Parts: sequence; C-alpha cells; structure tokens
Amino acid sequence: MAPGGGDVNLFAEAIAYLLDPASWTGAGSIGLRILEHLAFSGAVLLVAAAIGVPAGVLIGHTGRGRGLVIALTSGARAIPTLGLLTIFGLLLGIGIEAPFLALVVLALPPVLAGAYAGVESVDRLVIGGARAIGMTERQILTGVELPLASPVLIGGLRSAALQVISTATLAAYISDTGLGRLIFAGLKTRDYGVMLAGSLLVALLALVVELLFQAAQSAASRRAEPISTPRTTGRARASERNP
Amino acid sequence: MNWLSQNLHIVGALLVDHLVLSIVPIALAILVSVPLGWLAARYRRARTPLLTGTGLLYAIPSLPLFIIVAPLIGVPVRSPVTIVVALTLYGVALLVRGAADAFGSVPRETMLAADAMGHAAWARFWRVELPLAGPVLLSSLRVVVVSTVSLVTVGAVVGASSLGTLFTDGFQRGIEASILTGLVLTVVVAFALDAIVVLAGRLAMPWRRAVAT
Repeated sequence: MAPGGGDVNLFAEAIAYLLDPASWTGAGSIGLRILEHLAFSGAVLLVAAAIGVPAGVLIGHTGRGRGLVIALTSGARAIPTLGLLTIFGLLLGIGIEAPFLALVVLALPPVLAGAYAGVESVDRLVIGGARAIGMTERQILTGVELPLASPVLIGGLRSAALQVISTATLAAYISDTGLGRLIFAGLKTRDYGVMLAGSLLVALLALVVELLFQAAQSAASRRAEPISTPRTTGRARASERNP
Repeated sequence: MNWLSQNLHIVGALLVDHLVLSIVPIALAILVSVPLGWLAARYRRARTPLLTGTGLLYAIPSLPLFIIVAPLIGVPVRSPVTIVVALTLYGVALLVRGAADAFGSVPRETMLAADAMGHAAWARFWRVELPLAGPVLLSSLRVVVVSTVSLVTVGAVVGASSLGTLFTDGFQRGIEASILTGLVLTVVVAFALDAIVVLAGRLAMPWRRAVAT
C-alpha cells in the first residue's frame, strides 16, 4: 500500500505506536533508540568541538587562516550529507566508524566558524585594555576573549548540533543506529505509522536541542554584555526625568 | 571514467530531476518569503511569531520533514510534490529572516521621501523598498540556493529520484564511481545555480556591483 492519501489516520497510528508500552520495552525500545541517537550525536559534537573550538579560537586570535575558514564554511554547505555518508560507508565498511567520521567532518565547519567569528568580533580596544591593566595573554584569552566570544561560539555549536542530529538520522541508512532506524525499518516494511513516529521523535528531539542551545546562547550574551540592560533602563530613566 | 560513460543517459535524467526539484522550491520560497519578510520588517507584532516560527521550522531535520509533510498534504512521500513542499518550507525558513533584515535596512527617511514624492504604497514597494532591499535579499537567497540543491539528495532515501539516487544506488551496489559522480555533480549544480543568481543580481541591480556575502 502506498503511503499517503491525505491520511490523518497515519498520525493516529504513529501516536498509538508511540503510546504503546510495548514500543518502550525490549532490545529495540524507543527509549534505547533515543539514548543511542543522543549519545552518538553528543560524541560527534564533542569530537568536533575538541578540534574546532581551539582551532577557531587560534585563527580568530591570530587572524591567520581566516580565508580558509570562510571558504570551508561556504563550501561545506554545498556538500550533500547523504553523499558523504554513503561514500564513507563504502570505503570504511559497515559499522559505526563511517557515519561517525562523516558527521565529524560535517560538524567541523560551523564549530570552527563560530569560534573564529566569536573571537574575531571581540573589540580590539577591550583586549588592549586588558593588556594595559597587566593581564597575561592566557588571562586575556580565558578571561576576556572567550567569555565575550561565547554567544557566537555557542551559535556555531548550535548549528553543528542541529546538523548532527539531522544527519545522524540519515546515518541509519548505512549503519543501523539511532532514531533513523525506526524510519528505515518502517520504510522497508511499508509501515508508515512507524516511519512517522520516528520522524516526529527526531523533530521533537531537534526542537528541544535547538531551544536548549538558544537558552545557553542568551545566557552567554547576558554574561558577555551585562551592561546592555541597565544601560537602556538608565537611558529610559534619564528621559523620564527630562521630559 | 568508464562507469560514467556507460551511464550517461541515467545521470542526465537524474540531473534534470534534480534541477526541477531544486529550482521549483527556490522560486516558491522567494514568492512566499518576500511578502512575509516585508511584513516582519514593517509590523512589530508580526515579527516575533514569524521569525520564531520559521527558526523552529528550520531546526526540523529534512528526512523527518519529508515524512511528516507527505500525509499532511496527502501525497506519497516519494512524490516530487513532497520534496518540493518540504524544501519550500526550508527555503522560507531561511529567506524570511533574510528578507526581514533586508527590508528593515531600508532607511525610514527614504520611504518617507518616496511617500512625499507621491508614490502609492504599491509603487513604493516596487520602486523603492525592493531595489534597496535587493543586495541583502540576494545574499540570503544564495544560501537558500546552495542548501536546497544539497538537500534535494536526501529525498533519494525515500525514493524521490534526483542526483541523490546515485548515492543510494551506488551504496547498495557498491559502486564508488556512482557516489563520486553524484557528489561532484551536486556541488557543481549548487555553484552553477549560485553563479546564475549572482549574475541575475548584477543585471537587476546594476548600481550595486559586487555583493558582499
């Protein structure tokens, strides 16, 4: 049976599958797939951050290699993720290594760009001021540049995280892991309800991660620019006094 | 390349499918986003829901979006319509923000001057706002073009034919040349369409030579 046909019932089927206690128990339970998906995506993001953040900070700090970062990030957008996954899958064989490597490659450009742009955006005068009051280069980096760069840096991690969660779903095509398994299992058995259930879970997971990163980003901006709020209220108060 | 020369007609057909599945959603996204972006720039009340909504939409991964969109519009998931609708949604998610920034960058004084010269709202939009918003609009359109061309390939896993079919076929039959051909062609299509957009921008906005991205 071809899926579709304006079937709202499919959504009911998907919800029923998600609410069925049997889907949440055993070796292939939904909970396990969610954990798998999160652990895999988290590990990829950690590796990408461990490489990309120091490299990006260094480039932003020294100003060397910025052309490379810009070319890398605009070029990376054109590379189809499925193509990268399948070629890595053929070359490295079945297993977790191929999707892991492909995902790290895809996550690196946004992480690198965020770290680089964040550090580069820090006002040179502020750094000069920090140096003038006797901070060491190390203190300037950790106490001035990194906190001020953090909103943009977290923004880079945020787009990398979304990219990774999205591509980790596709990764089930070459190696059976994560929530993508539900989608591809449903596709094979023509069970649209299961496919839809998997899709709704991935979408929900992505939205939760997006909102968490948004919250982290605005917390970082508040820390990086604590004076921006008092300044506006101060101005408002001044205008109240001076009508 | 031996494989490529033997499969030239298949690759050609997939290339055509790919172009259709890329160009239609890009065009639709422009048509939908420009008015929405204008609304977001001009009406404070419309801004937050529009930008938050499209931002969240963009967070939804592509494969799940295809599968969710299909039953909503009542077509099979491997139908070109599914791919076109889902990619239009992504394009809108990216372009509305760009269009809002673009129309927001038009100076208020310029619009007031246009009013004072007797432009009706409609004429002001076409003759003043749109041309001034053009360069910023163009640079976010370029992002949409490149990412749409790349996203079309994801449809191949649910059976929608495009250059992505070279990935799924190549993977299943173990033909590296097929995957590599798909990779190279997809990137070439992305850069070619991007170049066309840049060129069209120069023709449409001769006063603004190179557009910084």
